[in-house]
Amino acid sequence: MSHLLEIRDASKSFGGVIANENISIDVPEGKIIGLIGPNGSGKTTLFNSIVGYHPVDSGSIKFSGHELTRLRVPQIARMGLLRTFQQTRIYGGMNCVENMRISTPTHGESLRAMFRAISPEVTEQAEELLEFVGLYEKRWLLAGDLSFGQQKLLEFAMALMNRPKMLLLDEPTAGINPTLINGIIDRLKHANANLGITLLVIEHNMRVIMNLAEHIYCLAHGQLLAEGAPENIQHDQRVIDAYLGAH
Amino acid sequence: MNKALRTSLGMALALLILAAPLILPNYQTQLAVLWLMVLLALTWDIMGGQMGYNSFGNIVYFGVGMYTTAVIQRGLFFDIDEYAHVAGGTGSQLSLLDYLLGLGLGLTGGALLCVVLAVILGAGILGLRGHYFAICTLGLGIAAGEIASGWDYLGAGSGLVTPLFPETFFGRGIFFYYYFLTLASLTFVVLRYLYSERFGLAINAIRDDEDKAESMGLYTTRYKTIAWSVSAVFLALAGGAYGNLIGFIDPLDVAFAGPTFGVWMVLMAILGGKGTVWGPVIGATIFHITQELFWTYLLGWQRVALGLLIVVIVVFFPLGILGWIRERWPERFGERVEGKQ
Amino acid sequence: MDNLLLLVDAPVFSLQLLIDGLLAGAIFALAAYGMALVWGVMNIINITQGEFVILGGFVTLYLSYLGVHPLWGVPVSALALFIVGWGVYRLVIFRIVDRDLFISILATFGISILLQQLMNQIFGADIQNADPNLGTLFLFNDDVAIANIKFVALAITIVVGALLILFLRKSRIGQAIRATAQSARAARLMGIDTDRVYATTYALNAALCGATGSLVVMTWVIHPFIGLIYTVRSFMIVVVAGLGNLAGVVVAGLGLGAVENFAGFLLGTEFQAAFVFSLLVIILVWRNYRLGKKRQYLR
Repeated sequence: MSHLLEIRDASKSFGGVIANENISIDVPEGKIIGLIGPNGSGKTTLFNSIVGYHPVDSGSIKFSGHELTRLRVPQIARMGLLRTFQQTRIYGGMNCVENMRISTPTHGESLRAMFRAISPEVTEQAEELLEFVGLYEKRWLLAGDLSFGQQKLLEFAMALMNRPKMLLLDEPTAGINPTLINGIIDRLKHANANLGITLLVIEHNMRVIMNLAEHIYCLAHGQLLAEGAPENIQHDQRVIDAYLGAH
Repeated sequence: MNKALRTSLGMALALLILAAPLILPNYQTQLAVLWLMVLLALTWDIMGGQMGYNSFGNIVYFGVGMYTTAVIQRGLFFDIDEYAHVAGGTGSQLSLLDYLLGLGLGLTGGALLCVVLAVILGAGILGLRGHYFAICTLGLGIAAGEIASGWDYLGAGSGLVTPLFPETFFGRGIFFYYYFLTLASLTFVVLRYLYSERFGLAINAIRDDEDKAESMGLYTTRYKTIAWSVSAVFLALAGGAYGNLIGFIDPLDVAFAGPTFGVWMVLMAILGGKGTVWGPVIGATIFHITQELFWTYLLGWQRVALGLLIVVIVVFFPLGILGWIRERWPERFGERVEGKQ
Repeated sequence: MDNLLLLVDAPVFSLQLLIDGLLAGAIFALAAYGMALVWGVMNIINITQGEFVILGGFVTLYLSYLGVHPLWGVPVSALALFIVGWGVYRLVIFRIVDRDLFISILATFGISILLQQLMNQIFGADIQNADPNLGTLFLFNDDVAIANIKFVALAITIVVGALLILFLRKSRIGQAIRATAQSARAARLMGIDTDRVYATTYALNAALCGATGSLVVMTWVIHPFIGLIYTVRSFMIVVVAGLGNLAGVVVAGLGLGAVENFAGFLLGTEFQAAFVFSLLVIILVWRNYRLGKKRQYLR
């Protein structure tokens, strides 16, 4: 089986604190994989290691067969591996359309392309995606003036604009109005099914992740605790213990 | 305002701008400096306003351009050892053609050198962010001035005289008025073009969240280097000509004039509204005219007033004129909720 | 290069430069510690630092004109600058404490220009010095000559530093300052009046600068426009040492003093200021480059 993302024995510690220890995760192409674990279990650290914010201490991370551990953030992003942030990050001083326009793929961008005018197709695509996440009416507002939930949707749309092969989502439904959560799940599934984007999702909302993911990894105390299909994870005693703090 | 009125007002303003040095022949230098100020504010705003990199060291390119131009002019037509003596007034006058040739080559050389310098310095300095970038560039600007005032080849602390402007049917003031008018307009047009497409969006993205821009795969280093180089080119072209307009280059008061031009460019951009195309133009115009009209009445307290002005503007009015207007009337700037037609 | 040969031929001359430089560095360290305090507690980089130093120098200078021995200027300058610092905080700084860094840098830069020009108007632009007449110490067959005031300055620096530590550790407001440095929000929630903490911190920093300035005017010279270099020295020392690290500040200060003194001798005094400002650029770029290898940047 070919895996789009292959993590082998990744370890990372800060000072004396071990954040990730010998973690191995496989993400097959075209799937939606979940990553759960109690607060402080090392999920976000793992994300940061994957996208190059800090190098792993040991182990390997491969994306489409390329080793990522020595690459920098923008290089990894240009390979088609993107992430969204837990504390949503958008360009607050620009309006939504501008946020989208600057999020086009930059792979192999030439010096001349930096000075090129933005083509109408880009704008069209931007508006389509804004429509898709439900921000079309607000597209001329400054992104910084949107609500947190709307910013989250915008960040998701920006990621889609970049046409990544794979997207790492850090808590896509945190802080979002519960009535909108189903909409988000649908959109994630849509992006996966129709745009062919492989997803790796960190999520605390069990209903969401059970609904969304085909396979789930659970971290606790920086180690891989369990993995399996959602229903198995749901009934795994170790996972339940970890969440309830029975350690 | 209807369209015809607006057009005729625009025409009148354009005519006034074109004819200004002929109407006010005694103020040609001050008028030329007005366009210099506009240019300074505009070039500062590329980094400070649009990209969020608050540079206090852009004056470096102004000074380097000035010295390079003067040195090339000197080297082309004069014996370096005799130069000071020649320019002292006893020596030869250049013909107009020679003068223009020297100036043209000098400006070209200055601009090229400044681009190279921007790329080299940028490789190290543009990696710094926030406080550190601001203070590093502050140090850079002062270091440049100190080096120039110790470097004998450039006349050290006693400065350098630029070649005399040749005697023709038009004077130095007229020539440089139109030079700075053209250069400032060119800067404006180029920047407006750059801001309207991908480059502008990219540097705005860097201003808003550089980490995010990197994580989206933007070539941030390239954009930053280009932005700095663009301001370097225009500053070099301005500096080279300003040295010739003034006729004498003092390392600290004219070339690397941190306490005057270096601070003014920041202040003017903020006053007008940083991060906008028109803001620096408006800020520079208001600042320069106010300064020329009222400054002399302050009798030596001008610079005290300048310090006070900085504090007041920065603390109470950081958005500037255009920023304030934008906050009051966001719809005018295209911020609106709009449904599908 | 001739000067380099001179150092090789007469090693004792290096000793002169070294001692002179280290003693100078102790004075720099005092102002640097104040900067670290304000930076750490209020998250403001105080560009006005150097002007406070020079203002402290002028206070001591005018005191000496009144016939008072300039050494008395150290406490008087510190007290005067404490009041100035408190005033500056109440007038301007309190408005910018929580604003973004651009505003705080530019506002303190504006204050520094304002003070510079005010001093120029009031005291004049002359280069001045308050000679404490403490004589000179000759060592090694008179090959090394060190002005005694520099040793006194070192002693004063140590005493002031010790008092400051004691104050921060023991006094109630000192503890509040340290708590605020860790987390202003938590401190506010615990009932600490952070506004007063900020005012005290800023005034305390100004007082440190005042004491520094008093030593500067006795050891070297001052004029209204020489302030910025002291700001830059403080900044460099703090960047090298890190915030909240007094030992580091002292070591970095001494190091800077020594390096600067040798550079000034080798390059010629006309390039000493150029060296200091270039060193700032080099240190920042170098530190950032080192962090870049760990995929971080200075923040």
